[in-house]
Amino acid sequence: MSHKTYEESKKAVVKGLFLLGFVTLIEVFISLFGKGHIIPGINDIAWIAYPVGFIIAVLSIYKAYFIIYEFMHMAYEVKGLALTVLLPTSLLIWALFAFFQEGTAWKARREFVKEKNAKTVEPLKGKQGYVEDTSLFRL
Amino acid sequence: METTENVLHQHSENHGGSWEGAAAPFNISYGKLMMWYFLLSDAFTFAGFLIAYGALRFSSPSWPVPDFVFSTAPFGIHDAPLIFVTIMSFLLIISSVTMVRAVQEGHRENKRGVVFWMFLTIIGGAGFLGCQAWEWSNLIGKENMSVTTNPFGSHIDAGTYLDEKGNSTGETFKAGASYLLHKSEEGGHDESHAEGHHAMAKGDHPNAFVDNDGFIHKKFKVTSGPAAGKVQMEEFGPKAFGALFFFITGFHGFHVLSGVAFLLIIMINVASGVYASRKNGYEMVEKIGLYWHFVDLVWVFVFLVFYLF
Repeated sequence: MSHKTYEESKKAVVKGLFLLGFVTLIEVFISLFGKGHIIPGINDIAWIAYPVGFIIAVLSIYKAYFIIYEFMHMAYEVKGLALTVLLPTSLLIWALFAFFQEGTAWKARREFVKEKNAKTVEPLKGKQGYVEDTSLFRL
Repeated sequence: METTENVLHQHSENHGGSWEGAAAPFNISYGKLMMWYFLLSDAFTFAGFLIAYGALRFSSPSWPVPDFVFSTAPFGIHDAPLIFVTIMSFLLIISSVTMVRAVQEGHRENKRGVVFWMFLTIIGGAGFLGCQAWEWSNLIGKENMSVTTNPFGSHIDAGTYLDEKGNSTGETFKAGASYLLHKSEEGGHDESHAEGHHAMAKGDHPNAFVDNDGFIHKKFKVTSGPAAGKVQMEEFGPKAFGALFFFITGFHGFHVLSGVAFLLIIMINVASGVYASRKNGYEMVEKIGLYWHFVDLVWVFVFLVFYLF
């Protein structure tokens, strides 16, 4: 079944334990660094959240890869099986972009409504049927 | 219309092929293949939940900061951001590793080894559930978070808190700073929380507003932004946070719970020698192993989305 000897696979398991534990610790450290717990004040830099988020996302995907390929033995299965399981999940990449875009749009729309609600409009004199602020129609 | 010859031809072409049952598709047993596909569908369910979390977080002007929300641990530990959830992660990683060992011993037909490593896996899973129970009871009981109430908020602008007479206390906060709305306590003091915890009557005070549920909304004077100079009070955080947290971590916790139940059943079967004599050997251990690793895999992303980002 396995392509390694018993002793080799036992060693690989210990290696996997240290690898996953180490990567998790790095992730927590980087996350806390980005929130300003390691160096106070670093979280005031607006762009710092982007590289920090990117690095921990990549590390998490690496952990997922390791669990699937080593612990779940995907590396030792035939390629067709790996493709039928992994290719459908690539659809989620679309879902990520689409729904995050959607969420951002909800926020923008909510702020727009708030802004319009706060606006006071002068009662019209003379020019009936004519509205100057056409942006009111944007909704 | 199919002629007999055609059927015979097809039969001979496929003879011994995958569809005749002679060879397994993808060179894997039916049970393991179906476990993979079940896990694939489950991955989509979790992905749907986590993406919904992301969409709602993006749609909200502010969001509770995880290193502020999850900064308590048992034995009265406070201001220890993410430490407790890191321990929870390690429990799942370790139990995943012991599961790999159980599967390996299964390949060697070592019954005692399988039972031993599966037992350790169950301990790890039960430990994780215990930690989650503590985390939930702390959030619900002490910090008053619920599916519909989120007392974790954050300031939009900088400001200073007001004292009993409505004057500035000099206690300032920056824009984006997090706060937790405490409840006015009728009973004794909780010594772990130092500030803003004394019993206050419901209604309006110069330094705070106490709502009908007893939540103390501290008042402050805004010192930055367009609302500078105005007196405002601490509001509840985005409502969706509580529901998302309890549903998603609860759904994962339910997977862990059912995993522990299945691990227990299969461990007892192994110990009573059910699998050793069967044709499939220890395949059942491999299948529950796939499931258990998947639970760990999902936690990697729950951990990323809820605690690290």
